[in-house]
Amino acid sequence: MNLDRRAFLAGATALLAAPRISFAGAALPTERRFVFIIQRGAADGLDTVIPTADPGYARLRGALAIAPETALRLDGSFALHPSLATLHGLYGAGQASFFHAVASPYRERSHFDGQNILETGGRAPHALKDGWMNRLVGLLSRGGRDAIAFAPTLPMALSGALAVPSYAPSALPDASEDLMLRVRQLYANDVQLHALWSAALDARAMAGAMDGQAGRQDPGEQGRIAAGFLVRADGPRIAMIETGGWDTHSGQAGRLALQLRRLDGLVAGLRQGLGSAWEQTVVLVATEFGRTAAANGTGGTDHGTGAAAMLLGGAVQGGGVLADWPGLAPANLFEERDLRPTLGLDTLIAQVCAEAFWIDPERAVRTLFPQAAAGQRLPRLLRGQGLSG
Amino acid sequence: MTTASIALNRFGLGAHPADWPGQRPADEPRRWLLSQLDAYEPLPTPWRALPRTPQIVAESGAQQRAWRQAPEAQRAGLRQAWRRSQGAAYRAAVGARVASALQTPTPFAERLVHFWANHFAVSVDKQPVTGLAGGFEADAIRPHIHGRFEDLLAAAVRHPAMLVYLDQARSTGPDSPAGRRARRGQGNKAGLNENLAREILELHTLGVRGGYTQHDVTEFARALTGWTLPDGEAAGQGAPFRFAPAMHEPGTRHLLGRSYADEGEAQARAILRDLATASATADHIALKLARHFVSDEPPAALVRRLADTFRRSGGELTSVYRELVVAPEAWAAGPGKFKSPWDWMVSSMRALGRREMPAAQAAGLMNQLGQPVWRPGSPAGYGDTAAAWAAPDALLRRVEAAARLGAGAGALVDARALAPRVLPSSLGEHTRLAIAAADSPATALALLFASPDFLRR
Repeated sequence: MNLDRRAFLAGATALLAAPRISFAGAALPTERRFVFIIQRGAADGLDTVIPTADPGYARLRGALAIAPETALRLDGSFALHPSLATLHGLYGAGQASFFHAVASPYRERSHFDGQNILETGGRAPHALKDGWMNRLVGLLSRGGRDAIAFAPTLPMALSGALAVPSYAPSALPDASEDLMLRVRQLYANDVQLHALWSAALDARAMAGAMDGQAGRQDPGEQGRIAAGFLVRADGPRIAMIETGGWDTHSGQAGRLALQLRRLDGLVAGLRQGLGSAWEQTVVLVATEFGRTAAANGTGGTDHGTGAAAMLLGGAVQGGGVLADWPGLAPANLFEERDLRPTLGLDTLIAQVCAEAFWIDPERAVRTLFPQAAAGQRLPRLLRGQGLSG
Repeated sequence: MTTASIALNRFGLGAHPADWPGQRPADEPRRWLLSQLDAYEPLPTPWRALPRTPQIVAESGAQQRAWRQAPEAQRAGLRQAWRRSQGAAYRAAVGARVASALQTPTPFAERLVHFWANHFAVSVDKQPVTGLAGGFEADAIRPHIHGRFEDLLAAAVRHPAMLVYLDQARSTGPDSPAGRRARRGQGNKAGLNENLAREILELHTLGVRGGYTQHDVTEFARALTGWTLPDGEAAGQGAPFRFAPAMHEPGTRHLLGRSYADEGEAQARAILRDLATASATADHIALKLARHFVSDEPPAALVRRLADTFRRSGGELTSVYRELVVAPEAWAAGPGKFKSPWDWMVSSMRALGRREMPAAQAAGLMNQLGQPVWRPGSPAGYGDTAAAWAAPDALLRRVEAAARLGAGAGALVDARALAPRVLPSSLGEHTRLAIAAADSPATALALLFASPDFLRR
């Protein structure tokens, strides 16, 4: 593959990239594409990949429980949240695998530390100073100087020894609804600011900007733009896409439905934009930890442990749900509150990267997760071969 | 708020990582502030890179000559090219202002520059001021903030930016040679313009209730005639100011209970000197300084002390600043001042350890936040109270900007660690908890910059 970097850069800057898309590794000896969609804020796995066969789900979630007749059936034990129509279709076509009761080595419940571990691949927060994706690119790039990132900021997962530059997009999103609510809470004790903020929110609501986060970029468009980079012959092969708004302490029913709809649209846009390259693509969707098994008193859930993860794409040997299901009976919950994790997220990531790029599996683990204990070997995650000129 | 936080945020421009070791304002905040007045650099590196006022004026003169000599068909194109270059000069100057604010080791002095530049406000919404506003701040304001008020006043009023902005350059005495010539000829194009005279009395010196009358304004305007821009030869050499005897209204001027003999340029200078040391001016400046540094409604006792110091010293500014720094009222705990957009943007950038910001980005952000640099739209400058900035839509824009700052820096900055360093011992528990509970580093940083603690100084 001949890399004409100047042409690539010229093309890149001509595109209005969606915010928060990072690319790396423009000189990889492969046609495989690897995309990591990070869900910041501890996305709820139980409402995403619903354990329909476990009676504990309806008992613990109460009003929040997704009604089984509305869920999208995967197999006898699991179903998808109704918002995930595209993903359900991928599953039917054998292009999606779902993983449950997944967790990194992290067992506390801080977003910052959890995300740090998710992105650095260490066993403790800030134990490692660079990201596993940067180390992955290092395994693949010739000379390590062909990486490039497109994002307003370089995410920790892509930070490291390889200088991965970041490209700031020109169209920036407004403050998310999540932030607006947090700011309202922030001003709760300040008479002056509370009054101003209420007036601001009222005005925004009247302008119709509160529902559906109007004014934000359409996720399908975001996906198509990302795909536009990935399909180029001289373009990048590794990407990271940022999503947020998953921290559903309250109003989970509506907010999660919306976030999952956006995720679904994002993946649909990716697939559409990739065209035939979708056959060579694997998308990993993961979050720093899950949420409490039981609903809380404000229509939401709090920080938990075991979560769900996904592999999506034409390269995926899909059509199944892989879960060593621990069960939701009280005795089976982790610290009497969370879904107990039974699968290491770093095991999943190391294996999918090894398969995607023909890296020796032990070398993949050693490089991406240097502090990891030996993990189990999972069944084959991707279809065979991916190597080409 | 602790004294360290007040020194850094209320008197200064916000804590910068470079401040934290070394300076230790917590140990001796008042001395730290006063030492900055000695260490102040009128023309720091970012400003030195830009053309000085004489060069700007020379280029303007050359452009005007070229325009006059050009055939009609080319003139529109020349004008357009000139406007573009002026816009570029404006943006470069904004970049210098921001870089200077981010890099300064003397933020108290730098804040005083911003204060005086707003006190003697010019506005680029008047097109010819566009290329001059930066030079105004660099050459009229910056060198004079720590001398006598009289010198600062004279420098500001004589700068081409002010002469253009307040229509002084064309003001002609009706009985001056030029005035009489104009009356004899076609129409009455040359005439007296009172704008600068009025604003000097109302805004720069005595203040709106300073005890002057319309008659005083007109007399002062007559005295000021002849104060104008260079032309022809002088413009080519870059002299920024010219006294044109042919435009000067002859005769003695009587205003504010005094008489001023006609000594050409010296006539208005004498008036300015008396205005600079007038009692009402002392009160006016004291109130503005107290309002800027302490509170929207500053304590009367403080204002009185500052005014007395001003009067006693004949307008020696450093002694007034010293009185302000040692005033107990200035160190009172409590919310203090609501940050202007400029304050907020600079303090956010400093908190992130930034040394520079692309000029276009800075100018764009200031536009969005509602305080475009050097564009207050009136010679009164930007308001200095919460009423000017604390409004629902303005707050929303600030939160949106905070979200973008968070997204832009979030992965590399831990807001939980940054918050107590930027707001030493004055970070509210409520804010601290909100930052700790954020769902991503970017959100945490956005919440820090949107917090009540950070919105005020």
